[in-house]
This record gives sequence, structure tokens and C-alpha cells, in this order.
Amino acid sequence: MAAVGVFALAALVLSCKCDSVEKPSDATGAGTGSEAERSGPAAASAGSEAPGGGAGAAVSLPDSCEEELLIRPLHSGDIYASFQFRTLWDTDFLHQGKKVSHYRLFPKSLGQVLSKFSVRELHISFTQGYWRTMQWGQPIVPSPPGAELWVWFHNTVADVDGNWKELTNVLSGIFCASLNFIDSTNTVQPSASFKPLGLGNATDHRFLRYATLPREIVCTENLTPWKKLLPCGSKAGLAVLMKSEKLFHSSFHSQAVHIRPVCKDWQCSSTAWELRQTLNVVFDLYTSGQGKKEWSLFKMFSRTLTEACPLASSSKVYVDVTDNPEGELFDLSPATSVLNTAVVLGDRRTYSVYDLTQKETFGQLRSLNLVLRWKGESGDMLRPLLHAERYVAGFGLQTGEIHTLIYNNHPYRAFPVLLLDSVPWYLRLYIHTLTVTSKTRENKPSYIHYQPSKDRLRPHLLEMLVQLPPHSVTEVTVQFERALLKWTEYTPDPNHGFYVGSSVISALVPSVVAMDTNNTQERPLFSSFFPTKEESSYFVRVYTEPLLVNLPTPDFSMPYNVICLTCTVVAVGYGSFYNLLTRTFQVEEPSQPLAKRLANVIRRIRGVPLL
Amino acid sequence: DWKSNLLTSTQFFNSGHTNNWAVLVCTSRFWFNYRHVANVLSVYRSVKRLGIPDSHIVLMLADDMACNHRNPKPATVFSHKNMELNVYGDDVEVDYRGYEVTVENFLRVLTGRLPPSTPRSKRLLSDDRSNILIYLTGHGGNGFLKFQDSEEISNVELADAFEQMWQKRRYNELLFIIDTCQGASMYERFYSPNIMALASSQVGEDSLSHQPDLAIGVHLMDRYTFYLLEFLEDIHPASQANMNDLFKVCPKSQCVSTPGHRTDLFLRDPRSVLITDFFGSVRKVEITREAVNLTSAAEQPSEPLSYVDQLPVAEIIHQKPKQKDWHPPDGFILGLWTLILLVFFKTYGIKHLKHIF
Repeated sequence: MAAVGVFALAALVLSCKCDSVEKPSDATGAGTGSEAERSGPAAASAGSEAPGGGAGAAVSLPDSCEEELLIRPLHSGDIYASFQFRTLWDTDFLHQGKKVSHYRLFPKSLGQVLSKFSVRELHISFTQGYWRTMQWGQPIVPSPPGAELWVWFHNTVADVDGNWKELTNVLSGIFCASLNFIDSTNTVQPSASFKPLGLGNATDHRFLRYATLPREIVCTENLTPWKKLLPCGSKAGLAVLMKSEKLFHSSFHSQAVHIRPVCKDWQCSSTAWELRQTLNVVFDLYTSGQGKKEWSLFKMFSRTLTEACPLASSSKVYVDVTDNPEGELFDLSPATSVLNTAVVLGDRRTYSVYDLTQKETFGQLRSLNLVLRWKGESGDMLRPLLHAERYVAGFGLQTGEIHTLIYNNHPYRAFPVLLLDSVPWYLRLYIHTLTVTSKTRENKPSYIHYQPSKDRLRPHLLEMLVQLPPHSVTEVTVQFERALLKWTEYTPDPNHGFYVGSSVISALVPSVVAMDTNNTQERPLFSSFFPTKEESSYFVRVYTEPLLVNLPTPDFSMPYNVICLTCTVVAVGYGSFYNLLTRTFQVEEPSQPLAKRLANVIRRIRGVPLL
Repeated sequence: DWKSNLLTSTQFFNSGHTNNWAVLVCTSRFWFNYRHVANVLSVYRSVKRLGIPDSHIVLMLADDMACNHRNPKPATVFSHKNMELNVYGDDVEVDYRGYEVTVENFLRVLTGRLPPSTPRSKRLLSDDRSNILIYLTGHGGNGFLKFQDSEEISNVELADAFEQMWQKRRYNELLFIIDTCQGASMYERFYSPNIMALASSQVGEDSLSHQPDLAIGVHLMDRYTFYLLEFLEDIHPASQANMNDLFKVCPKSQCVSTPGHRTDLFLRDPRSVLITDFFGSVRKVEITREAVNLTSAAEQPSEPLSYVDQLPVAEIIHQKPKQKDWHPPDGFILGLWTLILLVFFKTYGIKHLKHIF
């Protein structure tokens, strides 16, 4: 009877995400970390205890989650907010023997995807808008416009393409996106870019697949399933700030999921799986800020923070105050004395830290609303060291030229960059016209990998390792010809144009400050996204604009077809009428039969009149 | 105690169906067809509010209006003038969007003939005890409905699809609502049992749109669905309103067109069919008395690992490009020509050499 009641209760409770996750955390806090006692009576008795907030207590749990929000005011008056949610789980999805079946903080939908398709690393991002490097600097987590998906499969997979196709279909269901349009015509296998961001030593590029959908739209229907993957959902912690009406009314919005194996601890003796969910948004001064240089959490998100996620072991808000050491540029309230420095993107930055797990952060009103009020004018921004642009040149609907410009703004250091270009098959590239010039002199790339396209089967893939001289612009140009598609291959709106995905430029940029390669101490999440192996440079990935090209499009419109039909009818009708009026008929003698002809011949000979 | 549970459960399963599904389709593309997306989203809202979960709704939107760059208020789709009601909301899951909304995909969803890798959220997993609500909106004509301005579905195709569903036992009862011009022509050809159909206008009439919003710049909703939404807002999950009330929605005075309905294929009397039989949801609950024991996983040690170098320049420069296509071994062509010449001179003698050189 009690068991029935408990199970009915459990069934009802499971429908509400927030409440149900509190009970297991209490049960494991009470137990020794083994989940053997997760039966009904334990849940019912644990529910009466006060929630521990002690997920990070003395007992070491197999999984933990952290959340943080980084707010960086930009020089143009806009403000950049970057959310990162990390769930770390000490388990092995790819272990052949036993299947993982108990999920706590890690979402089950993604865990099952990882084990079914033997995925070693998964990176998927949905972006609306283009990141303006020259005005905003480098992003914490870069992403191209549209959808991008790249996956490293485990080296035990026999049929990578089959797994890739099924994986894209499953992900399109999970994220409510049209990822099922990813097929062999837009998938490439880079040979040197996109090395794994997680642990591992095998880098056979046969197990890597990269695809991008520049046309993909991001809207609330993609944010909803993304929020459901968070341990606390959108009910507690930093995720309460994510209201779609404000997030999508911005200059740039990008949400991503990154799954990779990482070191469990600083000794790196075993691996743990890390799920990072990142959301980057840039609010525009004029559309969201009403032109006033004063930003607050309420103005940005129409919400304030009231509590940390109870399941998170750390929940922090970082505000970048590097440009404001004496408080002369802007006022930050509520004031905090906690300052943290971190080396991010080659620069040492100072942050004011608000720890949401402490009650004092919320103050008297029990809500935290950070306000930044500008006092003075900010100077010019430091130019980013690496920056890229791309555009299509030429006229007409037959040929064109793609120009990619890569800027190296370092005053005296040269560094190599790896350029990855994936062009759809309907733009036929003439690779013999490929030129790479820096400072008006030819610059020969030290590595070129080109895979030509096959019509309707695979796209062009061009990868080049180019050395950029200091303080220069490198221009890569290649001419192309546009193909005429079959009439069934055009989209319902072909006059919009066809998209070419962004180029990816991966580089190790020399850094101003020594990078931190020591993994022992606690680092904020935003500084540990890309693994750093050497102190003098940091890894950065820059995406160019996607291109929009018009292909020669037949006139699908109705008037054209109607004109053709009408003209045919008129021609046939008028022609017949004209014939009727002007044709005259003449009687013609029918040809005579053979016997009569012979008789006439004989009569002519005789001189007698003919028949 | 358990006896009373048993009694209520038999009462529970009296109404013939055990689960509810909804297939809501907007077939129009382009910004000026904003009202069709608003139509579908308002039916989606009502259906979710009355209890059908997202996993049982297949929502197909042919274009994105909420995050369209022409929308002055992103992430919103309004149905009322002065932006009173945001039907897009914060919790929407669209299953088919953009170019995926085609006649083929729509018919495949109905008949269940989808490729094996299709995810569950994109499938109509109904059985013979399912009540399905199908709502279509867009531009239509006499006997057809236009999909995305490039293809059409005819009423014959639709009737055949429903017959396939009947023969495969994919529905218990089906409610078909269509809001397009000359919508009644779409249900003329149905011949499978247990289908009830409603349309916003008769053959030869146009369905009109309701009101434009000057800030957004387009018409926000169609009249029939606007009054349908108003009617559904008064329905709650325990409501006893029946189909006859639904037939009275939007008379000619409000709609300008004459809404029509068809009930001859339906076995039950429309008066006894509740609105919530199609718009609401019945969820089956299984009560079990057994406890499940969960076991924990053991830890596995291994050797130290490290992160991979992101841009190993030296390694990349010395990487050999992979050759996918098979090429004949080197010198093959040369050897072949030598062989041909040797055979030629052996057969015909060396004196022919002067003809070559």
C-alpha cells in the first residue's frame, strides 16, 4: 500500500523536473555514493529531510555540475554575456561490457546517443547572427552562423558514414532542428583541422566528420530542448535568466553543446565525461539598451537572480572589470570585494566575482540585479590579433571569385594559420586559379589538402597551412563557376540564394601574457575551454562570414508558364484561322491506273487521241 | 481500496480511445503568410493547454516567423492586435520546420512510412485506440492545398492517406480541421469510417483573414481560427462541450465565408462527442506494486593521458595527403605502350619503323 502510494507519488513527481532531482541528491548525500538504495522507501524518507546543498560535501559523487555567467562590457557600448554549464561525470560510455543505465545530472538523451553511436567527441552549435571580431574582440566560444556539427567517433566504429547519418537524424529530433539535411553533400572530413578538444592520442582523421548548415534558423524551439538538458532546467540557478524574448532580440545569439572526455583530476589518471552547454549573447546598445549606456541583469534578461542551482557545486557570476581598475569607467553595483584574475585569450583579465551559493550575495531583497552604469568614455579597443573576412567578387550569374582576407595584427610576430574551406558542389572551383598573397607577394602554403567535389555527392574541401607575416593582410582568392541545378533541386524560394558555409581559421596566436598550462588549480570555466599545452600561445578559431550566392534560376513563376501556354494556344488558333481564310483549293487530276497509262503510251505511238 | 481503483479504471476506458495525437501543419512560406503560422500555433497552444504533451504532437511549420528578421518583436508570434497574446511562448517544440514541410513528409507522417533513422519526435506513433486531430492551414483551392508555394496535395491523395491509416489501424477516430480558401473541397473525397471534418469555407468561397497589426505589418490570424481560438479558450480539460458547439463556431456573420462540416462517416452522434476527446488528452497510468533494485557501477583504473595538440604545425606539414582514388602503378602506361610497340614490330618487322618516325 505504501509502495503503491510512493510509486504514484514518484510518477507524479517525475513530471516536474526540479522537484524530482532534489530527492536523489539527498539520498546520495546520505549514502556512500553507491546507488543501491534507490528504492521507494529511501526516496520517501529522504524527501522529508531538508535539501542539503551538499552535493559537494565530503562524499565524492560520480558527477557534479557547475554554472557560471561571464559579463563583459564591450567598447562599442554593447554587452556580452556568456553562460557556461558544465556537468562532469566519471563514467565510461564507450566501455564495451556494461551499459550505462543510471543517469543523474547528465541528460539521458545525450548519454544514450553517445553510447549507441560510439561518439568520442560531439560539438554542436546553433548561432543566429555573425560575431564581429573587429568591434567585439574574440569570443569565448567561437561559432559560425547557422548550425555546425563536428563529431569524433571512437576508433572501433566500422561504418563511420552510417553512424554519422543516424546521429544527425537523432540530434535533429533532440534539438528540433533540421539537422537531417546534413548528408554527403555538405559533410567533409578535414585532414588537419578540428583536432579533438578532449583527451586521447589517436587522431586518425577518418573518424572525424564536420558539417555546417549556414541556413539554419535558431529560435525558441531550439532553446527549449537545450534548456531541458540542464540539471536544474530553467527553474533555478543561472538558467532562469534565459527568456527567449530577450535572448533573440540581440545582435548575436549562440547556443552550443560540447561533449568530450577530460581529465578527472589534475593527475589525469582517468577520464571523465564533460558536457558543456554554452550560451553566448551580445545585446545591442540601441535595440536592447535604448541607447543608454547602462546595463543591468534586469535590462538584459528581464529577470534577476534569486538563487543558485541547488545541484551545482559552484555557481558564479563574473564581471570583467579589467578596463575599470579605479572605477573611473563604470560603476558596478552591488559592489563586491572578491576579485579574480584569469588569463583568457592571451590576456590577463580581472573579474569581480559574485558567488551565488553564498546567501550574502543576494542582499536584503534576496535578489541579485547587477547594474553597470557608465561614467566616462571608453577608449579604443585593442585590435584583435587575428581577424578574417570573406566575400564574393565578380558579376553575372556564371562566374565569380571568392576572396578570403586574413589579418595578422601582431606588430612583429608571424604565426601559421590553418584555413579550412568547404564549398558546395554547385560552385565549381577552379583550383588552378588559387592564389595566396601577403603584402602583394605570393605566399606559398606549407601544406595544401584539396579534395575536389563530385556533383551531387560531396563538396569541395580545401585546407591550407599559411604562414602569416607580421602586421599584414593575406588574401586567398579562387575563381568559380556556377552550375545549373535540376529543376527539382531548387528550394521553394530559390531567389533568396544559396549559402556557402563559413571558412574556419584555426591558429595558435602568440599571447601577450604567459598562458596557464597548470591544471592543478581551479580555473573559471571560460578560461578552460581550449586546452593549453604551451605558455607562449593560445589556440583560437575564427569563422568568416557565410556567403550568399545566386545561382542561375529558371523562372518558376506562374505568369511565365501561362504566357507560354497562351502563346502556344494563340499560335495554333491563329494559324488555323489564317489558313482557313487564305488557303485556296485546287482540283488535282488523280493519277491514272497502270493499265490506262500503258494504253496512253501505245496510243501516242499510234497518233491516236489519248484516253 | 484497490476495488474502487478498479471501478474508476473501467470507467476510464469507456470512451473508446486511450491516447490522443495531434498533427498540426502550416504549409505557407514567406513573411506575408504570418497568419498561417499564428493559426497553427494557436491550435498548438490550446491542445497543449488541454493536456496533449509535446511527444504526442507533430508540429510542422513551413517557415520561421518568430525569429524572422522582419519581425519587430523576435521570438514572438501574436494572434491578437496590439500584441496581446503571444502564441509562440517559451516552451514550443517544432518537429518539422522550413524545407522539411513537404507533401511527401506529411503523407509519410500520416501513414507511418518513415525512414528508420527518423527520431521519435517526428513520428506519429498512433495505434488503433488513438484519437487524432489533424489541422491544416495555408493557401488552397478547389481540391488542393498548396505546400510552400511549390507543390500541392490533392483531396484524393489525402483521402487515400486516411484510408491507408484506417487499414493499418492507425486511428480510432479522426478530426480533420482545415482553414484555407475553398476548404470544404478537401474533405469531399474522404471514404474511410470514423472521420469528422470541419472546414472554414465552402467550395467557391475564400477564407478571409482577421485583422492586420500596423506595428508588425501583416495580418495576424485568419477569421475562422481566430473564433476557434476564442471558443477553445473557454474549454478546460473537464469541459462537457460537444461537437455541435464546435460546428457553430464562426457563423457567416463573423466569418464572411460559410464554415462547413462533414459527419456522415462518423459512427457516433456528434452530440455525444466531447471536444476534449480530440483536443484534450487521455493518459494511461499503470500502477505497479513491484520495487526495482538498482546496482552501482565499479571504477576502472588506466594509464595517464594527455590532451591533443590543437595545431601541430610540423606534423601537418609532413602529412601525406591521402589518395582515395585508385591509380594504376607507376610506369604502367609506359610499359603498356612498350609492349604494344614490341608486339607490332615483332609481327610486322623492323622496316615499318620509318613510318612511325
